[in-house]
Amino acid sequence: MSPGSLRSWLRSPDGRGLTLVSPPFIYAVLLLAAPLAAVAAFSFWTQNYLDLDRTFTIANYREVWTEPVYRVLMLRSLTVSALVTAVTVALAFPIAYFVSFRVEPARKPLWIFLITIPFWTSYLMRIFLWKVILGYNGVVNGSLLQLGIISEPLNFILYNVNAVVITLSHAWAPFAILPIFVALEKIDRSLLEAATDLGDGPLQRFFSITLPLAFPGIFAAALIVFIPTVGDYVTPRLVGGPSGLMISNMIELQFKKANNPPLGAALAVSAMFIVTAISLIFVRISRRYLRERA
Amino acid sequence: MNRMRISWLALYVCVYLLFLYAPVLLLPIFSFNDSSIVAFPLSGFTLNWFALLWQTETLHSAVRNSIMIAAITAIVSTMLGLCAARAASRYAFRMKRGIMGLIMVPLVLPEIVVGVSLLVVILQFGFELSLWSIVLGHVLICTPFSVVVLSTAFNNLDRSLEEAAIDLGETRWSTFRLISLPLIMPGVIASLLIAFTISLDEFIIAFFLAGTEVTLPVYIWSLLRFPARLPSVLALGTILLAASLILLVSAEFIRRRGLRRTGATDRGGLF
Repeated sequence: MSPGSLRSWLRSPDGRGLTLVSPPFIYAVLLLAAPLAAVAAFSFWTQNYLDLDRTFTIANYREVWTEPVYRVLMLRSLTVSALVTAVTVALAFPIAYFVSFRVEPARKPLWIFLITIPFWTSYLMRIFLWKVILGYNGVVNGSLLQLGIISEPLNFILYNVNAVVITLSHAWAPFAILPIFVALEKIDRSLLEAATDLGDGPLQRFFSITLPLAFPGIFAAALIVFIPTVGDYVTPRLVGGPSGLMISNMIELQFKKANNPPLGAALAVSAMFIVTAISLIFVRISRRYLRERA
Repeated sequence: MNRMRISWLALYVCVYLLFLYAPVLLLPIFSFNDSSIVAFPLSGFTLNWFALLWQTETLHSAVRNSIMIAAITAIVSTMLGLCAARAASRYAFRMKRGIMGLIMVPLVLPEIVVGVSLLVVILQFGFELSLWSIVLGHVLICTPFSVVVLSTAFNNLDRSLEEAAIDLGETRWSTFRLISLPLIMPGVIASLLIAFTISLDEFIIAFFLAGTEVTLPVYIWSLLRFPARLPSVLALGTILLAASLILLVSAEFIRRRGLRRTGATDRGGLF
């Protein structure tokens, strides 16, 4: 390329755009793409105590996909995430609906602020405080005992999957409320008036107009909650007990204490693959649904 | 019938808000509770945990490290975000979708994967883990948020203002500095604050990449297992919560007073 044409390329939109985007792009290549490629490479190698055997093998993947312990953890992570997603979205919808349809427009920002205040504290402290709430001498058991509703502390609410689901549903609540709220805000209120004029009752109006038009927000909320919860490390570790551990805890174990990074890498790659596949299927189904509606 | 339905919804909203606020309400309770075990029943009022805060040197250094990391992360990811958002909102260039996609990927990647992959690379190349390795990871996960915030700012910017400046003889750089930057300043500040907050609270990446020096969340994590000093951390949490609330409320008051003075109509804002 001659200097003249290089200069004119640098002034073209293509040249200007690429020059401008190069610092963040190079950063992402060096610190994201390359490390991810390294993890992928690791997953085909073997750890011999202190040395790394770089001969290609799929033994790690065979272990990850056949050993029951990994399959149990993987399935549990997916089930817990699916449950958390369902619970969080179901609990969040009425709140989003309330703020969008029942609160005065001028007060809406205050309500959104009210909903986000509890999340201005450290993530770790919030999760730990759930342990205090759900524990043997915790708030729930204490109050229920005092009220005479139960005679012995409940055991099934801490150190198991239930505790993980409750805690994660709390941690991700605003991420579900906000997208649903945005979708509800976009609904043209005159549609509802038209339906009333045509004789629809409140329930019919809700199911034939409000809910279908809120679906984009609901789908977005479901994805936003599902993807990160599969890989959550802190919550299962703090409130899950042995029966509530998830795949991230195993990945960390392999990279640190068990000193088997290749196996940990194979676990991480497999988990990412499964989550990506599920998310893509979900996106495709929801797109088709929305297109058929439109 | 209609009134009945509204009150059911209102009741649900109350119960749900209680669920949302449960942990935050416990935070101050236990930071004033006279016992090192964080559980009920309460054993009395004390200010000891707040006093202990001033004496715990490891906590001080963890807070200092966290603030330093968060400040550097906020500045670097906002600068990278400015480049990416400006390029994406102004120019059509080759492989735009792929390039922007890669920059935004950390949004959907579990943090543990980011942590693990950086750990593998840093150790393979024989570098030492330090506070800087945490900065590298935090910039990576904060940049997409900066890009989102700044893209909105750039898209709302009236292009003809920039064109006018260039027609009047300003260079591209001086146009950006004198016209665009002041107009997108609210977006820049939002991006700095968001990145700062995310970095300050991030645990997993810091947990994987911390060397001998730790950040506040990593320090808190170590206390969760050796809980003798835990209530002092809850006291710190109480102070931080109160501080951020006071900050938010006063920022809102200043904003409203400014609005009243200029006679503008109120759009957005908190109250």
